[in-house]
Amino acid sequence: MKKAGGRIYTFLIFLFLYAPILVLIVFSFNDTETGSRAVWGGFSLRWYQKLFEDRLILEALRNTLLIAVVAAVVSTVLGTVAAIGINGMKRLPRRIMMNITNLPMVNPEIVTGVSLMLLFVSAVRILGGRSLGMGSLMAAHITFCLPYVILSVLPKLRQMDPNLYEAAQDLGCPPVKAFFKVVLPEIMPGIVTGLIMAFTLSIDDFVISYFTSGTTQTLPIYIYSMTRKRISPEINALSTVLFAAVMVLLIVVNVRNLKEQGEAGKKLRREV
Amino acid sequence: MNRREFRRGSTLSVWDAVNKNSTSDTKHAVCARSLFYGKILAILLALMPIQNVNAQEAAGQGVTINVYNWGEYIANGTDDSMDINAEFTRRTGIRVNYTTFDSNEALYSKLVGGGADYDVIIPSDYMVSRLIDENMLAELDFSNIPNYQYIDDSFRNGDYDPENRYSVPYTWGVVGLFYNTDYIQEEITSWSALWDDRYAGKILMFDNPRDSFAIAQLLLGQSLNTTRESDWMEAAALLKQQKPLVQAYVMDRIFDKMESEEAWIAPYYSGDAAILVDNSDHIRFVVPEEGTNYFVDAMCIPVTSSHKAEAEAYINFLCDPEIAGANMNYVGYSTPETAAKAYMDVEMVENPVHYPDAEILARTQVFVNLPEDTSKLIDKLWAEAKMGGPGESAVLVAIILGFLAVYIAILVYKRRKRQRELA
Amino acid sequence: MKSNSKLLSAPYTVWMTIFIVIPLLLVGYFAFTDKAGSFTMENILSVGQYSNVFLRSIWLGAVATVISLGLGYPFAMIIAKMSAKRQNVMVMLVMLPMWMNFLLRTYAWMTLLEDNGLINSAMTAIGLPRVHMINTAGAVVLGMVYNYIPYMILPLYSVLTKIDESVIQAAQDLGANSVQVFLKVVVPLSMPGIISGVTMVFVPAVSTFIISKMLGGGGNLLIGDLIDMQFLGSAYNPNLGSAVSLVLMVIILICMGIMNQFDDGEVNEKGGMLL
Repeated sequence: MKKAGGRIYTFLIFLFLYAPILVLIVFSFNDTETGSRAVWGGFSLRWYQKLFEDRLILEALRNTLLIAVVAAVVSTVLGTVAAIGINGMKRLPRRIMMNITNLPMVNPEIVTGVSLMLLFVSAVRILGGRSLGMGSLMAAHITFCLPYVILSVLPKLRQMDPNLYEAAQDLGCPPVKAFFKVVLPEIMPGIVTGLIMAFTLSIDDFVISYFTSGTTQTLPIYIYSMTRKRISPEINALSTVLFAAVMVLLIVVNVRNLKEQGEAGKKLRREV
Repeated sequence: MNRREFRRGSTLSVWDAVNKNSTSDTKHAVCARSLFYGKILAILLALMPIQNVNAQEAAGQGVTINVYNWGEYIANGTDDSMDINAEFTRRTGIRVNYTTFDSNEALYSKLVGGGADYDVIIPSDYMVSRLIDENMLAELDFSNIPNYQYIDDSFRNGDYDPENRYSVPYTWGVVGLFYNTDYIQEEITSWSALWDDRYAGKILMFDNPRDSFAIAQLLLGQSLNTTRESDWMEAAALLKQQKPLVQAYVMDRIFDKMESEEAWIAPYYSGDAAILVDNSDHIRFVVPEEGTNYFVDAMCIPVTSSHKAEAEAYINFLCDPEIAGANMNYVGYSTPETAAKAYMDVEMVENPVHYPDAEILARTQVFVNLPEDTSKLIDKLWAEAKMGGPGESAVLVAIILGFLAVYIAILVYKRRKRQRELA
Repeated sequence: MKSNSKLLSAPYTVWMTIFIVIPLLLVGYFAFTDKAGSFTMENILSVGQYSNVFLRSIWLGAVATVISLGLGYPFAMIIAKMSAKRQNVMVMLVMLPMWMNFLLRTYAWMTLLEDNGLINSAMTAIGLPRVHMINTAGAVVLGMVYNYIPYMILPLYSVLTKIDESVIQAAQDLGANSVQVFLKVVVPLSMPGIISGVTMVFVPAVSTFIISKMLGGGGNLLIGDLIDMQFLGSAYNPNLGSAVSLVLMVIILICMGIMNQFDDGEVNEKGGMLL
């Protein structure tokens, strides 16, 4: 009885979480002239076809991916190096650094966005630049990604035995080589987590981009300008494609993981 | 854990799934993992070149101009219309980065504080004069805009740009009421229908101060450009009174909401209304007897533009009667070029919704730019109207003090508790 | 490695100073100056006129947070009791919706909630009366709960899985009934999860400006809308906008301080929190 209740509850929560997504996906196949939202006019792939002909959407997608890749790579490199530095700090400076790192995460996004906009606009005015755009977007995205990279790398550094690095040096390994051979492999999982997180955060960001984009359109900004009138089902189609891609990726990861576990199990049995 | 730290957590859990054995990892597992990461990177990298090819191809064709226009205000190729921007690029090689705004005030904000360098903007009359006053518009070189000759005399040298040095008219129109006759049987003749509680919850209102206030002012018989504080207060009181009946304050979405019968009655600009009236038998458009606002939207070039010649080419292109005709056929607004009418549908040219008669035009008023004090007052009153009355500073102070008090109380309680434990 | 630590974090320090510290100082500067750049208290003082907006935002944010906690806690408990393999799948399913753009998901709610929307169509089809849902405060709260409930479920889940089963058994052995076990053992042990969940829902809910615009019909002005209005909206006044942002930040910081007090100082161990 209790179990059945739990099942129903789980089902209801998932219904709540997935209902709008289902609506989006279903209406991406809707066959209507006008792209009406609530009337079903039969199955069609026309919006998918239109999507790949729509220059504005593809350009926005390109901008979004470009910014995400740059932001993820730069923030990962910068953040990893900084994390190593912070890890070696004494208590007080470390606390100050951690407070600065936490600031953008505690602060409401809209305030971060607005403050960056003030900075960029003042900078453009003083330095005589042309306008906000890809440059300011990348800087903003790197900024809000950095704390996440640091917070995923730091714990791995803490877990690491500091003697390892020193031992390598004692054995005659130059510091740079010691870093790449000893430290880097040890903290790699944290770095990769940070990289992926930065990438996804950047792709999804609307609020901060909205204030720092100037005339550049990213996908979320383009979608926002559409929500002010009506959303073309092309966007539904694009989201469905992206959503499907993520789902496939996650399934592959999980299946792979199960397989690996299975193989490890087999191996173990054989050895026994 | 923090707001986004959770994301880390959640990404982690997926990665943990991959990395589960990492603590006891063998060389084999490490290899498998790095292979996997490599694959993800490879996928990402593979995506990029495709996109870059597009970019390069485009860059070869020349400059890109940034055009900032109202939403749904240009023919874009749907419904068998001409894709104006694509056609411009095809003819000139100049690419168009086309973005939209939904009110004159939003355009102003973005222009002043948004750090954007637009090459062509299309504000309405009063905003044009404000931008001229604030030295934000570049003087146009009319030798680059020969098609200006097609603009009718009556649309030249408007009050907002008396010597016609900064702007070229794009469209004109009036504000009116449109309503769904399936739900509203009576004949609507007055703006007061927007205050009729029989239509409560089915009324839409403009989401910008100037247009909304104008409706209240017309009902009160005021000038739309009054600078008397008491006039504006009175109008604001009327808007506050209307708020409970209003379903939503929206701009471009009015279109969608009227079409889907989500709302029954709404004020809007004649051009968009005309399209709805054409598409639907049960939507009617009226210009109420109290009169209305007459507007001209004009193309301008901000002083910050770095592609002025290309921007002028774009303006010139839009003034080409054939292009203007094709464009107006789609957007539904009225053209200031008689020559363009030859390229438009006859029903449209003869439709009084698109081209109101002299009797209606006689009842219209034009917005002029208001002094800064008045603008500030309107902004304040508008926020008040939307939030349902002004707030007291004391309340805000009380909120902050309340939170502080809770904080301090907890601190004190904890210290006491610690002392008690020690004792 | 240690001797180089200052050098290594220098680029980061410079970056964060330029892109976090200076911008926030700029917000402060704008809040206390007028258009011409001279000092004034006018902006801060006029924030008081918008106290209704603050009240409404805090109220709606708090309601959304309580609902998220109420819905999320049992759900997190259900997940935490599942087998490890199923737990992974469940966590993935909770995250998955967030991979679809949140503007689109919110827009989809509009389709569902409208007077002629899918829910009302379904209701009339089975003979129930229509319910007016869109453009109400309730719709805004629903949007907040929908968008932020994963931020509540996941931290709760991660704390609940770590609770040692033997502690609960010990309590039961000592004669506690299930309600007592829940209130005296499970809840206190899951406090860190509750706190991070509550802050992670409350902060974005209080400062949102999209949800109220899309589901609230523009009549339910929130703090986020007010700030947006002053910077890129219909009432250009970045000085007032900065003042509003500043007040919002103060309120959030005090709230964080309060929340941290429930955490028995464990958070500080991470070297993190501000208060």
